[in-house]
Amino acid sequence: MLVPLKWLKEYVKIDVPVEQLAHRLTMTGTKVEGITRLGEGISNVVVGRILEIRPHPNADKLVVCVVDVGKCKLQIVTGAPNVKEGQLVPVALDGATLPGGYRITTTSLRGVESCGMLCSGQELGLTDEDYPGAEVDGILILQEEYPLGMDIREALGLDDHVLEFEITSNRPDCLSVIGIAREASVALNSSFIPPHIEVKPGVGDVNAEAKVLVEDPYLCPRYCARVVKDVKVGPSPRWMQRRLASAGVRPINNIVDITNYVMLEMGQPMHAFDLDKVAGRTIVVRRAREGEKLVTLDDKERLLSSDMLVIADVEKPIGLAGVMGGANTEITDGTKNILLESALFDRGSIRKTAKALGIRSEASLRFEKGLDIHAVRVALDRAAQLIQELGAGTVVEGVIDVCHGSLEKRILEIPWKRVNGLLGLNLSADEMADILNRLEFKVEIKGEYMRIEVPSFRQDIEGVADIAEEVARIYGYNNIPMTLMEGTVSRGRKTRRQKLMDRVKDVLVGTGLYEVVTYSFTSPRVYESLGITDPQLIPKTVRILNPLGEDQSIMRTTLIPSLLEVLSRNRNRGIERCQIFEIGPAFLPKSLPLEDLPEEKPLLTIAEYGPDIDYYDLKGKVEVLLNELGLLAEAEFVPHVHPTFHPGKTALVKLGGKETGILGEIHPKVAENYQLEERVLVAELELDALLDSAKEERRFRPLPKYPAVERDLALVVKKEVLAAQVESCIRELGGQLLEKVELFDVYEGAQIPEGYKSMAYSLSYRASDRTLTDEEVNSLHDNIVKGLEQKLGARLR
Amino acid sequence: MAVGPAGFNPLSLREVSFPTETKMGGTTWLIKPSSHAWAKAFSIYDDIDERREPWMKAELEQIRREAEQALARINNLQDLSSFRVEYLGKKGKLTQILRGMGNLPAEERPQIGQLANQIRAYLEEEIEKKRKVLEEEALNQRLRDEVIDVTMPGRRHYRGKLHPLNIVLNEIKDIFLGMGFEIAEGPEVEWDYYNFEALNIPKNHPARDTQDTFYITENILLRTHTSPTQIRVMERQKPPIKIIVPGRVYRSDAVDATHSPIFHQVEGLVIDRNITMGDLKGVLDVFAKEMFGPQTRTQFRPHHFPFTEPSAEMDVSCTTCGGKGCRVCSYTGWIEILGAGMVHPKVLKHGGIDPEKYSGFAFGMGLDRITNLKYGIDDIRLLFENDIRFLEQF
Ligand SMILES: [Zn+2]
Repeated sequence: MLVPLKWLKEYVKIDVPVEQLAHRLTMTGTKVEGITRLGEGISNVVVGRILEIRPHPNADKLVVCVVDVGKCKLQIVTGAPNVKEGQLVPVALDGATLPGGYRITTTSLRGVESCGMLCSGQELGLTDEDYPGAEVDGILILQEEYPLGMDIREALGLDDHVLEFEITSNRPDCLSVIGIAREASVALNSSFIPPHIEVKPGVGDVNAEAKVLVEDPYLCPRYCARVVKDVKVGPSPRWMQRRLASAGVRPINNIVDITNYVMLEMGQPMHAFDLDKVAGRTIVVRRAREGEKLVTLDDKERLLSSDMLVIADVEKPIGLAGVMGGANTEITDGTKNILLESALFDRGSIRKTAKALGIRSEASLRFEKGLDIHAVRVALDRAAQLIQELGAGTVVEGVIDVCHGSLEKRILEIPWKRVNGLLGLNLSADEMADILNRLEFKVEIKGEYMRIEVPSFRQDIEGVADIAEEVARIYGYNNIPMTLMEGTVSRGRKTRRQKLMDRVKDVLVGTGLYEVVTYSFTSPRVYESLGITDPQLIPKTVRILNPLGEDQSIMRTTLIPSLLEVLSRNRNRGIERCQIFEIGPAFLPKSLPLEDLPEEKPLLTIAEYGPDIDYYDLKGKVEVLLNELGLLAEAEFVPHVHPTFHPGKTALVKLGGKETGILGEIHPKVAENYQLEERVLVAELELDALLDSAKEERRFRPLPKYPAVERDLALVVKKEVLAAQVESCIRELGGQLLEKVELFDVYEGAQIPEGYKSMAYSLSYRASDRTLTDEEVNSLHDNIVKGLEQKLGARLR
Repeated sequence: MAVGPAGFNPLSLREVSFPTETKMGGTTWLIKPSSHAWAKAFSIYDDIDERREPWMKAELEQIRREAEQALARINNLQDLSSFRVEYLGKKGKLTQILRGMGNLPAEERPQIGQLANQIRAYLEEEIEKKRKVLEEEALNQRLRDEVIDVTMPGRRHYRGKLHPLNIVLNEIKDIFLGMGFEIAEGPEVEWDYYNFEALNIPKNHPARDTQDTFYITENILLRTHTSPTQIRVMERQKPPIKIIVPGRVYRSDAVDATHSPIFHQVEGLVIDRNITMGDLKGVLDVFAKEMFGPQTRTQFRPHHFPFTEPSAEMDVSCTTCGGKGCRVCSYTGWIEILGAGMVHPKVLKHGGIDPEKYSGFAFGMGLDRITNLKYGIDDIRLLFENDIRFLEQF
């Protein structure tokens, strides 16, 4: 909402600097977003008249003008083609400044002295909206008479400020100059002077000129109309154009400008129809017929549906109620008679219609927030008054007023002490009443209660909380003392799960991984990029109905693609090592179409590449994490084949026999899809499975009192035999006394038969109550060797 | 080489203060001791009758002198070891002499034997001293050889870091945990009811425009704020309620330096009897001072949110200029960091809480914005790009 300060000053006495006004308004709830100084940078530019134009003696394209600027006549050289003797033009005097920091001084142009400069519209920072003809190629020719020597800012209405307000959706009354003026008067404790509205007696009788039928009173609680005859359509006066332009509305013609002016001033949207084009001279307010079409003022054909309210005549729609008028009844230069509409429409319906058709007009923005039913008629009279004042036509006597809505006053009974209770203040009922009175509420104090009559323009006020806000914002939010709540002492602490999460992240960071944060929606094509072509393997997904684009249209079911994208981006930027993790949910629909919220299953995903990164590096990291959670002993890594991964370097991670994740090297073809040439390692684990079974309790085990006995074991086994098999076999056979099994070498090649490998283990035996004898250890060890021979066909090397 | 009382060899028979003149004075075989140490070592000679076996003594003296000279020339441990063998080994010179003692009259053997043992002990001691000196020298030499360039970079140990959003979130959590808040969570895919209806934003309410929403179905959407969790917590927990709700939220904004369709909020909710707007201000002022430093000032401006009434926006004094005005705060001295307000009575009712008995306040802040503010990050997109060179800075 843009409001020129001079316009605002018509309705409220303001004698503080504009910055202070802005601050006071902001601190009482009418937020000023910005202040624009019109004509900023312009100084010493005045109105002058071109008395004489002579050719330049040394240049064909230049002319020499004699310009009267009031107190003297100046010789000024210009190259503009559009100057004529007798014209009024802006003259930058010696020492003048122009927007953009330009400075004008007396200078010599091709040997002729020029004591200043004639200015174009652009040089003054103007557009056609600021002043007609401002954008022509040449000097700005003033179209009205001004005293010679007058400051150009004053002449063009540029000696003003424009305030930009952020109006919240609960205050449509402030989408108007008088609404802002009301707030300013309270904020400054100054007086509010509403416009004096009076329509002089008109001619004839409106009921003889037009008829209004409201078929859907629920969607149109009030419809008022006036008729104006003998309209003279033409430009509106400069001051009105100036105000509209400053408020961001393009001047069109006097009739349209008046309707827009009243909307800006009063907050009530209005519309003017060419009455001679309204069939049957009858306005019918009805729902559109399914499939009906209307070309709106922006020359677009709109397809209507039956839940949209239209303004129609007896034959056809002539306007989209509260949204936009129709082209078929538009005011044109030839318009003779008009019907002025001021109405109230149902906010929900307006919003739905505007949204469905993709129109956001100044009118619909106001209607959808809820307007004052009383203002409907007042605004109509204001428009009629302006038509009379501007001589734009002859107002017909009378108003057609079809009102089905309630005009009753709204009364609230508020326990006023509750206001103090909510705010933490200790105001008296009188103090509150005083504030409310200034806001045009009428207050009667009845003991514990206040009987409050809510002004009709305050649709947002419903109860004690709203009254508390009114009191607080005028009393000053910053005058409310700060307190820390009394009452039950609460303990703030993290849940087990939250603490475990912290621990998980801590461990991951400690293994060299950076945490990343990526988008949780992705492309449906990611499965293809992940090498998953079997439709059976593509999970069901949660789809966004209105995504920003196809690439962001489904909620992810895995974090792997997001992390591969991060790796890819880093790789493309020449980063040689990237080790990352993310914790975030996978969105898994329980059924499709979605009838319930999807499951949000938190995943922990790790991805890395780098000079020394391989399967065992990532597995080591996962093992560190599992160990920290007390889960390493029960974890199994089972060889697995998945299209996203390298068929020989991938394992399912199982905890207590249950599948909880996958770990492996990304398939080279998949890596290529992400422009990654190096080995990329990825693990994805179900976080809840880790956290739920985590054993965070720790018990002290006494340190061993007796020495351990070490024995090495070098085996030759078939290549397919897994380390996990060998180890579990050794452990089973070694029993209680076998303390540690460590694989320290795996070898294939010379001296080992084709298809076999050598595995060297270091075993450590220990008893907690005695020193083991060689005999005991030897017998255990031999037993293990025999067992390995029998079960895995292992041979000692 | 002074040896004080602590270094006194217990093999010496007794300690004397050294007399530079002794009974042995005029004899030629004994070099006058030149130091206090010598005095101790040779005090034994007092008891030897030199007249009886001068040749044997002379020979011992000869060995001793020879040994002393040889020892003085030794400059490495290996030579020292050979020296020991040469004099004290099984076939060493001193040992040989002692073997020849068999030729002496029996009553003289003890005396000569004693003398030989004294010399042996003396040499042992000297060898030990020499060994220490040489070892010390060898160590010093090694240390000199091992000098490194201590300014060269250390060996790289990889440690990752938390994402800056979560570093800041952890700070925020700590502040509120310290004030007795607990941490709650809610789903990101949410019912329209919780996201809008229950928060006093009915269908076709204009406030829905400011939160352009991603819909999944007509009734299911991606939450546009963390506020739905307010209702979820009220539904399952009786007052007092004191929670913060960090989480990810979604709005269909096109991406630019200040907008992202995905961002993060931290919601707060306090409900109890007699909770006031003064409490809201007090708690958030504490938060601001903990978060941005004790010099931070706060200001509250009226605003509108459908789910709170009265509603406010909180500004903090600019973290860059301290309030004087700069580019960061658009020369206002203030930076808006959160929205807040007293929980709307309708919202309390939707949560099953009686607004006549209880009141409460709620607040919500943009984590991404606060993170950017805290670290001086000027583009929200950097948070989601995850360039390692960005992540390693925090
Ligand atoms: Zn600043």
